[in-house]
Amino acid sequence: MLEVNELHVFYGDFQALFGIDFRIEAGQTVSIIGANGAGKSTFLKTLCGQLRPRSGSILFEGRPIDDRPPSTIAGLGISMVPEGRRLFPSLSVEENILSGRFSGRNGPWTLERVYRLFPALQLHRNAPAMTLSGGQQQMAAIGRALMANPRLLICDEISLGLAPAVIKDIYAALPQLLQEGVALILVEQDVNTALSVSDYAYCFMHGRVSLQGQPGTLSKTEISDAYFGIQ
Amino acid sequence: MDWLAVVMHGTLAGGGYALFAIGLSLAYGVMRLVNIAHGDFIVLAAYIALVIAVASGLHPLLALPIVAAIMFGLGYLLQRTVLNRVLGPDILPPLLVTFGLAIILQNGLLEVFSADARVLPAGTLATDSVSLGGGLAVGLLPLATFMTAVACTLGLSWLFRYTRLGVAFRATSDDPHTAQLVGIKDKHIYALAMGIAFAVMAVGGVFMGMRASFTPDLGPSYLIYSFEAVVIGGVGSIWGTLAGAILLGVAQGVGYSFGPGWGILTGHIVFLLVLLFRPAGLFSRSQP
Repeated sequence: MLEVNELHVFYGDFQALFGIDFRIEAGQTVSIIGANGAGKSTFLKTLCGQLRPRSGSILFEGRPIDDRPPSTIAGLGISMVPEGRRLFPSLSVEENILSGRFSGRNGPWTLERVYRLFPALQLHRNAPAMTLSGGQQQMAAIGRALMANPRLLICDEISLGLAPAVIKDIYAALPQLLQEGVALILVEQDVNTALSVSDYAYCFMHGRVSLQGQPGTLSKTEISDAYFGIQ
Repeated sequence: MDWLAVVMHGTLAGGGYALFAIGLSLAYGVMRLVNIAHGDFIVLAAYIALVIAVASGLHPLLALPIVAAIMFGLGYLLQRTVLNRVLGPDILPPLLVTFGLAIILQNGLLEVFSADARVLPAGTLATDSVSLGGGLAVGLLPLATFMTAVACTLGLSWLFRYTRLGVAFRATSDDPHTAQLVGIKDKHIYALAMGIAFAVMAVGGVFMGMRASFTPDLGPSYLIYSFEAVVIGGVGSIWGTLAGAILLGVAQGVGYSFGPGWGILTGHIVFLLVLLFRPAGLFSRSQP
């Protein structure tokens, strides 16, 4: 579904990604782990069109998307749950969720279905988005991404700053998302949570893939070395 | 002195300033763009109305929808082809570009229409008055101007609150990067916002042109009135802009009652006092 080859990304003269290769198929959950500054967010921003790669290719369902603006990529079916939620403060909870519709994609996700998935949101539907708790804001951000009926859903640090019980609730909702063959990219610093739900994992370090494989085949030492570097 | 009459006339004059200021408020609210040529485009709208009214014999009010449509298209194209390219973290490029546009417009209008003062032929609308009882009478045109300003404010506030386009405006204003991520085409949204701003400026230009004579060099003073109304009311609030415009009109009215030289000055003084004591404006939703 998504195929990334030899991706090189720069911020000005500073190179952030060095030849990343990455694949994900429909219905798969792939996690990307790595320390702060490993290049995870840069990679996601490039997938979404917020950054242009200097070289390399990104093919989504066979089409190159690396020169498309973010709004077009959203319309093709890549939805992002951005780090820090990034809800719109001037919009109500429901308006935030409905803003996912701007992608112009029709499909199985409706407001009702989002509310069934996250009932807490329905109670606060007319409240300003920023009055929600952190966990509820995260649910609203996921709901907003789902309303775009994505083929590929990207979740950037959705467990960051949330209580363990809330993280459990949010992760419990993920399997339902995959029912329609949606592919899911999870980016996490919380390695165990991410690996426990993933079919495949990439570990990034200093802008390169330092380790990849099925979570079951990766040992704790391997992961630790790939995450922190060999000490 | 009859204070009721002063406040009444000042309020109605504020309606005219509101029609000037709404466009500026909208452009700033949605895309943080200050259009230095704002006043000159209002003057341009008045001249467009003049050309249409003279050529077709239509009353300026009947020509207004055509002028508004032309101005909407002009605003959309200007944003799409020029201003979108200079929007960014640096606030200077849009200021410079619109400053340049202001000079071009003033000189272009001077070249085409000469420096002679013109007025839109409004017929009896310009001279009729309405009696409010108690010896108080107001001009029909100022009253119509004021009611149009209220209607524009109502309409825009409804558009912002209840329509899909309004949600897109608010989302883009909040966070343009995330707005793009959810699929909002920001360049198109900005262009629509500028188009709507220009359409309201057309309304302001036509009402102004029926009430007083205009010349190609009036733009900068319209810009200042608009700017003052926006700042007094609080940036980013359409109702605040209407209130700011009314306050500006009343302040000028009070000033004029002291003497002909005092009106404009009093308006500026009130503006400076607001900047001094409530820099975020009187009706801003977020005080710093």
